[in-house]
Amino acid sequence: MLNNLASRFTDVGSLLKANALLLLLSLSLFTAGAYAAESMPAASTMPWWGWALALFITCFFLGIVAVPSGVGGGVLFVPIVGGFFPFHLDFVRGAGLLVALASALAAGPSLLRGGLANLRLALPLAVLASASAIAGAMIGLAIPAHIVQIALGITILGIVILMALAKKSEFPEVATADKLSSALSMNGIFHDAARNQKINWQVHRTPLGLTLFVGIGFLAGLFGMGAGWANVPVLNLLMGAPLKVSAGTSSFILTLVDSSAAWIYINKGAVLAIIAVPSVIGMMLGAFIGARLLHVLKASVVRKMVITLLLFAGLRALLKGLGIWL
Amino acid sequence: MAMSGDDFISDEQRRYATWLSWGARSGLAILVVTFLAYVLGWLPARIPLDQMPNVWNLSAHDYLLQTGAPTGWQWLNLVGQGDFAGLLGIAWLSGCSVLCLLVVMPIYARRKDWVFVVICVIALLVQLLAASGMLTVGH
Repeated sequence: MLNNLASRFTDVGSLLKANALLLLLSLSLFTAGAYAAESMPAASTMPWWGWALALFITCFFLGIVAVPSGVGGGVLFVPIVGGFFPFHLDFVRGAGLLVALASALAAGPSLLRGGLANLRLALPLAVLASASAIAGAMIGLAIPAHIVQIALGITILGIVILMALAKKSEFPEVATADKLSSALSMNGIFHDAARNQKINWQVHRTPLGLTLFVGIGFLAGLFGMGAGWANVPVLNLLMGAPLKVSAGTSSFILTLVDSSAAWIYINKGAVLAIIAVPSVIGMMLGAFIGARLLHVLKASVVRKMVITLLLFAGLRALLKGLGIWL
Repeated sequence: MAMSGDDFISDEQRRYATWLSWGARSGLAILVVTFLAYVLGWLPARIPLDQMPNVWNLSAHDYLLQTGAPTGWQWLNLVGQGDFAGLLGIAWLSGCSVLCLLVVMPIYARRKDWVFVVICVIALLVQLLAASGMLTVGH
């Protein structure tokens, strides 16, 4: 019991440190990189349909691996497409938000009906994250692309570390709900089909969770990524929601957070249908296949593959932003 | 919390799910149809598709300057053109959560759960502010 408690505190401590490190690194880098060249990909000779097809195929495969690896499509999309396709990062981030939004919208209804996403838990967190996502999107579109690229590279490398080190707790022990979560009735019951059991859950450390969601929303808007990679650890390890409820609620939160940030990109002309639509359709078809391959593929192998892919894409983004590997 | 039937899903959560489901499905259908109309040439494109590789490497700011593409909601005036028709589905997907928030508010209000009514109102205002185009940014 004491060991469990001690390890829970260690997990939460590492999570907070990792999140704080990510925010610090991202924000401090906005002032760096003055010597780096403005990142403008060269116009290519491949016809438009070649790129649209390549984008569709890439997103299809990203969608397949996104489900078993447990990461959202957006976190794979932005660094990989931003790093290896000729589109400007502004359009890639706009499309990335729509990829994450469409996936979240497609999954949202069944998660809500199944009790794996909880409206009372999600709404207060989503309100704060949506507002900060707007700020992130506005800042992201206002600063030079190479600085966003550098910050993106650093953040992706931070996510790699988080994915490699962060633990998960299927049913965290929450002895007492805090006052705020009690007042908002941020609790519920879900049916765990694997155990054929109804699980009562409640959460704690809500004020800290709300604060972290402000930072998460900001990063989601800034980089155009879904923020499931950060939502799930905060809901699960910090606030103590069961893992399945955390994953489901995280996905539902993205329907609000990514839509508010997406509006900023749409209004600024940073969404091109020729980039966004093949990405959304490819990713959704891939996720459809990925969900069916879930029982065949070994999740741990796919997860290691995705970590390696993200490591490569993160380094590429960093070096591209610094003008070293254009 | 009001529950319906013999399970543990609240009424408002069920209603939100139903509206979200219709919003997502119709948005995706609009997205696919308008995109097909765009790439198959059923609708004329303001910027010809074969010219896109010359402009998609520009920043959003430079793209707007070079192409004269509209900002904010002005694209609605050009919705008969393929490249802007594609934005219909995108805008619908981005906006469908607003309807979901609107339809659950009466349930919270009937239950006198004023805290969640206020949370829904704030969530709505945030979404509407983002969508309004009043927040301007630029390189």
